[in-house]
Amino acid sequence: MKIGTPKEILDGENRVAMTPDSAVQLQKLGYDCAIEKGAGQAAGFSDATYEAVGVEIVKTAASLWKSADIVAKVRIPTEAEMKRLTKGKTLISFFNPAGNEEGMELAKSKGANVIAMEMVPRISRAQKMDALSSMANIAGYRAVIEAGNNFGRFFTGQVTAAGKVPPAKVLIVGAGVAGLAAIGTSTSLGAITYAFDVRPEVAEQVESMGAEFVYLDFEEEQQDGAATGGYASVQSDEFREAQLAKFRELAPEVDIVITTALIPNREAPELWTKDMVEAMKPGSVIVDLAAEKGGNCKLTVADEKIVTDNGVTIIGYTDFPSRMASQASSLYATNIRHMMTDLTPEKDGQINHDMEDDVIRGSTVTHQGEITFPPPPPKVQAIAAQPKAEVKELTPEEKRAQEVAAFKAQTKQQFTLLGVGGVLMLLVGLIAPASFMQHFIVFVLAIFVGFQVIWNVSHSLHTPLMAITNAISSIIIVGALMQIGSGSFLVILLAALSVFMAGINIFGGFLVTRRMLAMFQKS
Amino acid sequence: MDYGFTTAAYVVAAVLFILSLGGLSNQESAKRAVWYGIVGMGLAVFATLVGPGSGMWLLSLLLIAGGGFIGQYVAKRVQMTEMPQLVAAMHSLVGLAAVFVGFNAHFEIGNVAQVMAIVDSANQADLSDLGAFAKLIAKKTPAELGILHVELFLGIFIGAITFTGSVVAYGKLAGKVTSVATKLPGGHALNAAAATISLICLIWYTASGGFFPLFLMTLAALFIGYHLIMGIGGADMPVVVSMLNSYSGWAAAAIGFSLGNDLLIVVGALVGSSGAILSYIMCKAMNRHFVSVILGGFGGPQGEQMAVEGEQIAIEADGVAAALNDADSVVIIPGYGMAVAQAQQSVSELVRKLRAQGKNVRFAIHPVAGRLPGHMNVLLAEAKVPYDIVLEMDEINDDFPDTDVAIVIGSNDIVNPAAQEDPNSPIAGMPVLECWKAKQVFVSKRGQGTGYSGIENPLFFKENTRMFYGDAKASLDKLLPMID
Repeated sequence: MKIGTPKEILDGENRVAMTPDSAVQLQKLGYDCAIEKGAGQAAGFSDATYEAVGVEIVKTAASLWKSADIVAKVRIPTEAEMKRLTKGKTLISFFNPAGNEEGMELAKSKGANVIAMEMVPRISRAQKMDALSSMANIAGYRAVIEAGNNFGRFFTGQVTAAGKVPPAKVLIVGAGVAGLAAIGTSTSLGAITYAFDVRPEVAEQVESMGAEFVYLDFEEEQQDGAATGGYASVQSDEFREAQLAKFRELAPEVDIVITTALIPNREAPELWTKDMVEAMKPGSVIVDLAAEKGGNCKLTVADEKIVTDNGVTIIGYTDFPSRMASQASSLYATNIRHMMTDLTPEKDGQINHDMEDDVIRGSTVTHQGEITFPPPPPKVQAIAAQPKAEVKELTPEEKRAQEVAAFKAQTKQQFTLLGVGGVLMLLVGLIAPASFMQHFIVFVLAIFVGFQVIWNVSHSLHTPLMAITNAISSIIIVGALMQIGSGSFLVILLAALSVFMAGINIFGGFLVTRRMLAMFQKS
Repeated sequence: MDYGFTTAAYVVAAVLFILSLGGLSNQESAKRAVWYGIVGMGLAVFATLVGPGSGMWLLSLLLIAGGGFIGQYVAKRVQMTEMPQLVAAMHSLVGLAAVFVGFNAHFEIGNVAQVMAIVDSANQADLSDLGAFAKLIAKKTPAELGILHVELFLGIFIGAITFTGSVVAYGKLAGKVTSVATKLPGGHALNAAAATISLICLIWYTASGGFFPLFLMTLAALFIGYHLIMGIGGADMPVVVSMLNSYSGWAAAAIGFSLGNDLLIVVGALVGSSGAILSYIMCKAMNRHFVSVILGGFGGPQGEQMAVEGEQIAIEADGVAAALNDADSVVIIPGYGMAVAQAQQSVSELVRKLRAQGKNVRFAIHPVAGRLPGHMNVLLAEAKVPYDIVLEMDEINDDFPDTDVAIVIGSNDIVNPAAQEDPNSPIAGMPVLECWKAKQVFVSKRGQGTGYSGIENPLFFKENTRMFYGDAKASLDKLLPMID
């Protein structure tokens, strides 16, 4: 089958859904690749680089849509593009199915299969094709870069000959994929970074990236983010108030605010109010990654950069990934390639659209003339935060009491053992003749000595220990030697065999032990 | 004739044996300790030959020399990976010898009784033509004879179990018998029946002193040894081998009782307790009860096991090499798979290269890795890995979070995080090497199968784990040239 990628129609979209690298991998899966002329130009991939790896260059979009069995692209297809679909064709793209009723109807009427990249379930297995995450990662990085571009000072603190420079303070609201990427970029540029998220379980991740987690003075059972597929959910009013109060406190201090708070299929929550913007120092920068959904700051204007009256820059771009088209394209193309790998289990260049598979089922929105959106909940949930078990701190008195109790129990156990052992011993002594008891004492003492000695043997020498005990257990040869002088032929025969076998064992055991021990060398 | 010299020599020999075992507490003193053992054994044999065992000393010497020749030949030829088989085979010899010596004791009792009956009228019995052991018997009272019966019965019983058990263990370890746990229909009921028969024979034998009950018991014991070990699977072999080691000691001790020989008793008790401690350590390391190991097989899972989520991601040699070249600290976890693939030389070469670059390379050894206690240590020592970088589980488990790369070679259950994370797992609570805490884990493995216990290993699905499929030796040899 043939996979084709058209040039993106939307103005200002620089990304492309296939790169020369991903094409090589797709060809390994058995597919033929085709690309529209100049599709990769804006992302820095010339037609020549595609041709070099055997990708067919198609002159027009129309002929590409016609010849390809599978179309991979980035942006939500326009109506004109949708009309080019025919029965049996598969489209892989961002699709926004929740807000694209007409698109789905159109695909259904055409009988085409549509896989929406934003619908890939958030489970570990599907991370490699999670395009939202890979794009969010780029957005988080780029947000810090854009902020730095509009911020008049250093990120990192310096003491120079020309004076001392304080480090910039960055607050990142929302520690999802984009937030964490922003935290990483910001800390590595040297800024003092604070981060906030409504899900307390991410505090650990935030701190591991080198940022400080902003805790609220708020007591309420937090809803587990895992129940909502790893996304934050809507918060109670009291919580919101506590959160805003904290932000108000931070606003005069911070130089850069990056907001990334989004709740699926809702307008972005307002987190950075007008009065906070007014409280910020002139020259500060706000980057609102939620601009597309109305913005976490209501002053944000989507796709624009504005400067407020008090000199705060608010950036509301919505095309951060496209601003890093080369990187974004290679990540997105890799996501697509992984999706194709899962769709092609046989690696024979034929799609096997397995609707039993959680990932494929979840991301398919139309299949064989049916709308399959919304999908049933995935069978596996995102990993939940484990409720932390309360470990009770023991007071010194309690610890002491425990030790005393343990000691008492041990004493009691030893006394019982000694008592029982002693009584048994006495019983044996009553019945058994004296000559037996003499040997018996030797036996018991030898066991004691054995236990004391063997406990000290190093673990690494257990094999030599077995070999040497093997050799010395051939001491049974002594018994056989005592019997071999008997008059009876049968006894002599058996004793002779025993001596022979014990002889093998003695020499074999000792020599092999020596051989082993000689091998142990210190470095 | 009094054997004062012999007894003195026995005392010295017993002390030497104790020193010899005690010397194994570290690698350097161990080299001296072997000599103590050898001298002790030489002394004991010599003292017996010039004293009570002088009956046919030439034949004895010839036999020892013949056996010794075979023994040294085997000891020189054996591959270190074949150590478990060798140890098992040698146990079987001790067991069989114990059975023979026990039977002899029985025959001698009969002979002595005959001679006594003939010479009873002639007042002072002339026993000079009997062996040393027979003279001992002749002095015994009836009560002592009764005890003697029990002692030699036990000696034969334990010896017979050790014999067939070791033969089966040898077969399993050498791959000549399937290592899967197999039982005859009837399972443990058969063992119980055989044990009951033995018990009845014991009562019968002490009452009658006849040969038949002894013979019947021997057959029953041989069966128990065979059937018990057949029912135990491959990875439980460390416990089995140390248990058989223990048995061979107890058999020697029981024979020592019946022969009235303190040296045999002392050595038997030493060996017996040594094997018992080893079995205990092995069971502890698997968090299982000794009885459940011996009765074989894992119990059914106690509940729904956690589903493993994620997928096993494969990696090629170049990826592993890149990670190793970047790493500062590396921990290698070898298992039975390394022994099977004979990969220890390649592992050693890898370690040498990495250490030459100044990296901190160490080995983590789980107590039950391999098929014999301490098996991995010996294999690594053979491949010239210095022993001070080969660490025990307790010594290294805390270091994994600071480790850049952990390489798992041919081990599975001993690195299974389910033991800690899933209370329903059959191996829950077993101490494991926490290699998943390292920044990156590579697992060298032949294919996607589960380990001996048949439990899915969530380690292979972890995000920081990469599967390096293929035969361990071939994989490592592919990796070696890429390490610079």
